[in-house]
Amino acid sequence: MVSDYLQTVDWSRAQFALTAVYHWLFVPLTLGLSVLVAIMESCWVRTGDEFWRRTARFWMRLFGVNFAIGVATGLILEFEFGTNWSNYSYFVGDIFGAPLAIEGIMAFFLETTFIAVMFFGWDKVSRRVHLTATWLTAVGASLSAWWILVANAWMQYPVGCTFNLGSVRNEMTSFWEVAFSPVAVNKFFHTVASSFMLAALFVVGVSAWYLLRRREERMARQSIGVASVFGFVFALVTAFTGDRSGALVARVQPMKLAALEALYNGQAGAPLTVVGVLRPAGSRTADDPFYFGLGVPKLLSVMSFRDAQAYVPGIGDLLAGNPKQGILSAAEKMARGRVAVAELARYRAASEAGDRRTMAAVGRKFDPATSEGEEFLSEYFAYLGYGYLDTPAQLVPNVPLLFYSFRVMVGAGVLFIVVLGVVWWLNRRNRLASKRWLLRTCVWMIPLAYLASQAGWVVTEAGRQPWAIQNLMPVGVAASKIPGASVSVTFFLFLALFTALFVAEVSILLRQIKIGPDAAGNSKPQKL
Amino acid sequence: MDTFIFMQVFSLGHGPEGGGSSEAFAFLQHYWWFLISLLGALLVFLLFVQGGQALLYSIGRTDEERSLAVNALGRKWKLTFTTLVVFGGAFFASFPLFYSTSFGGAFYVWMAVLFCFVVQAVAYEYRRKPANVLGAKTFDAFLLVNGILGPFLLGTALSTLFTGAPFTVDRLNLADPGTNGSTVISQWTTPWYGLDALAVVWNPVLGVAVVLLAMTLGCQYLMNSVGDEPVFCRARRRMLFCGCGFVPFFVAWLVHLLFATGYTENPAGLITAEPYKYLHNFSQMPFLAVGLAVGVGLVLWSVYAGWRGSRKAIWYGGAGTVLAVLALLLCAGWNHTAYYPSLADMQSSLTIRNSSSSLFTLRVMAYVSLLVPFVLAYIWYAWRAVSRRPLTRGELHGDGHQY
Repeated sequence: MVSDYLQTVDWSRAQFALTAVYHWLFVPLTLGLSVLVAIMESCWVRTGDEFWRRTARFWMRLFGVNFAIGVATGLILEFEFGTNWSNYSYFVGDIFGAPLAIEGIMAFFLETTFIAVMFFGWDKVSRRVHLTATWLTAVGASLSAWWILVANAWMQYPVGCTFNLGSVRNEMTSFWEVAFSPVAVNKFFHTVASSFMLAALFVVGVSAWYLLRRREERMARQSIGVASVFGFVFALVTAFTGDRSGALVARVQPMKLAALEALYNGQAGAPLTVVGVLRPAGSRTADDPFYFGLGVPKLLSVMSFRDAQAYVPGIGDLLAGNPKQGILSAAEKMARGRVAVAELARYRAASEAGDRRTMAAVGRKFDPATSEGEEFLSEYFAYLGYGYLDTPAQLVPNVPLLFYSFRVMVGAGVLFIVVLGVVWWLNRRNRLASKRWLLRTCVWMIPLAYLASQAGWVVTEAGRQPWAIQNLMPVGVAASKIPGASVSVTFFLFLALFTALFVAEVSILLRQIKIGPDAAGNSKPQKL
Repeated sequence: MDTFIFMQVFSLGHGPEGGGSSEAFAFLQHYWWFLISLLGALLVFLLFVQGGQALLYSIGRTDEERSLAVNALGRKWKLTFTTLVVFGGAFFASFPLFYSTSFGGAFYVWMAVLFCFVVQAVAYEYRRKPANVLGAKTFDAFLLVNGILGPFLLGTALSTLFTGAPFTVDRLNLADPGTNGSTVISQWTTPWYGLDALAVVWNPVLGVAVVLLAMTLGCQYLMNSVGDEPVFCRARRRMLFCGCGFVPFFVAWLVHLLFATGYTENPAGLITAEPYKYLHNFSQMPFLAVGLAVGVGLVLWSVYAGWRGSRKAIWYGGAGTVLAVLALLLCAGWNHTAYYPSLADMQSSLTIRNSSSSLFTLRVMAYVSLLVPFVLAYIWYAWRAVSRRPLTRGELHGDGHQY
């Protein structure tokens, strides 16, 4: 029977996933649209053409509808680290809390302060001051993303810290390693570039709808002109950073890579499966996991290690170990983790008994300044999280979820590059309006962009299971000790609330688009 | 603080301790408690947005009047919201043990806070938008719920920093490999998970006081920011009523606090009960007593000035609120006081010494905190730029952004 605590863990995971998915429905559009609005407003300030003011204000109105709900869900995510993941919050709060605080002080205030000038300052401040406020809003949004993604990257690749036995937690030793780890830097550029691309697809899609309806044609064409080139450039950046992401994952989260490729048996010169259909869990074997799969030979080795002959470990290698490749088995890692946990228990017992000699002896093992400590920390403590696991099977994330999500993300990403490139080209030659099939395609790119964006986060977050902090803390010991039933109630309350607000948000957005740029959004307000 | 400690505070050395002394560490713990207290004080002031929402139907008799009030308040809601987010983030970063203990234990209270702030965020933007599905009245109801429940819950939570909560803390629970939750460091000892705060009468008393203070400030803000005579007159009358209501609740809570027993931490880290702890704190840190007295005096003066028709009452009330709350929060954490007393196990009580982040992290964030004056400066600029002229009915019919 599953203990109440494990139910709490599962419900907490579900609640956090729900909030994160919902949050990410709004944030990418906020990130990208803020920049696009700033570009359009810059055109107004530079040319003095009222058309650009009108266009910028229209997109700004859609931005406003979207922004509020993103802010609200961001608050929930921040607080849920404490309410649902209190053990995690203490164990790494010394490192993880700092980016969140810095985000608030450095970025969030910037964004929310100047957004007020952006919305209400049209007739109250000069053009240049207003434009500055609009750009600062965009900068604040991206800066905010930077710190949040630094925090997220640290969970996947914990660096710049050491364990302090006295406080029984991880503590920061290098701010720069945390803030500028390769995973953090790449994650930022990949996430923000993909958000810019999503916003560009949104603008292109909405503008395409106007062209299909033969409404607001100048605004639609000019908006497409700005958004398609913007989106095309950032789609390429997304692809480039995505490729780099794969190489980083191969080094720091090999199980995630093996799972998203459904690679059960490691091999040198591993192929990349472009498309494939997995067999169900019961009939899926390591030697034959697919009903069918179409792969490109050696491509996975090239993408992972930049070497066509490189060995890519599979799920089997990571569980059973592969001495030839220097891969420890999961059982060995679990045994080492248990040694680390047992040392903590020994320290606890000595502490309660007032046995200072034993406390000092254990203390030396956790002291990185001594050779004994250096060895213990790298050979045993590095696997602490494994010590809390019951079976090696817990180390394998959901393979089908990752496999298909990854392909949706990458496949859609390739399609976006093509569509944005073609739209840019045709719009420049003034031939876009006659390609109605392409305009319809552009409209359908909007939901696809959201799907791809969500799929990317599924790969990132579901792929690192069972870890709350890679190798150090599994989710099973990261949660708060609260009743599972309580978390299930809040889960359903959030689900109901989010659903209602999402329906309202989409309905308002669609109506605002239908109204168009001329009528102010509140010109026919709903009666009270 | 002498020059030597100052140099240590801002010198990033190698390793987690950064080469700093215990004096530098203690200084940074006090410094960060000051910043948290300042953020908390600013948050209580900015709850005027919630106070104004709570009186929406009382001050605005017609749709147009309510829209005037909502649009005036709506220009500031993000500031309150952001301050709440930053307050949470800064608390997490500087005192993570409080974050894990209070948030992970008083689960129901913090969840209720989340719900009532989420509905606020969307209510402003959606209430008058066509096709908003739920209807304008629903979104106005959201504003009302947030306006009353938000300050009440935050006030109640604030009071627990003095009255305590039922929890235990054992960092070495991580040494237990069980999967039944025994690894959890901070554990609540009652099945009420935060609702138990309501059973200590002084917590809801402060909650009510904060609601009434927020309403008072909300009226003063509307008097300042809405250029409309009927709204001004109604806000003035409600302000007097709420201000007079605030006084007995706050005074009762304050008197109780001054006679209450608090927990104190000795240099060895042992925590003991000390009768009249908070009274002692005010006498041993007289600048806090002065700050509290001046703060309360300014709040009372603002009510008087508002009643006399001054549009500047919000600035007296705001300054007074910030001063008073800052003094109270500093009294809760400085002078070796347990700022989160445990009712289940005295030694589990949280002090700024036993619950802070490491010296290294506090020092890194101290550098970041140097941005705070700059942040305050641009907030002030933006505030003035947007609210230089009171909002009029005419603006509601313009083509600008409306709530």
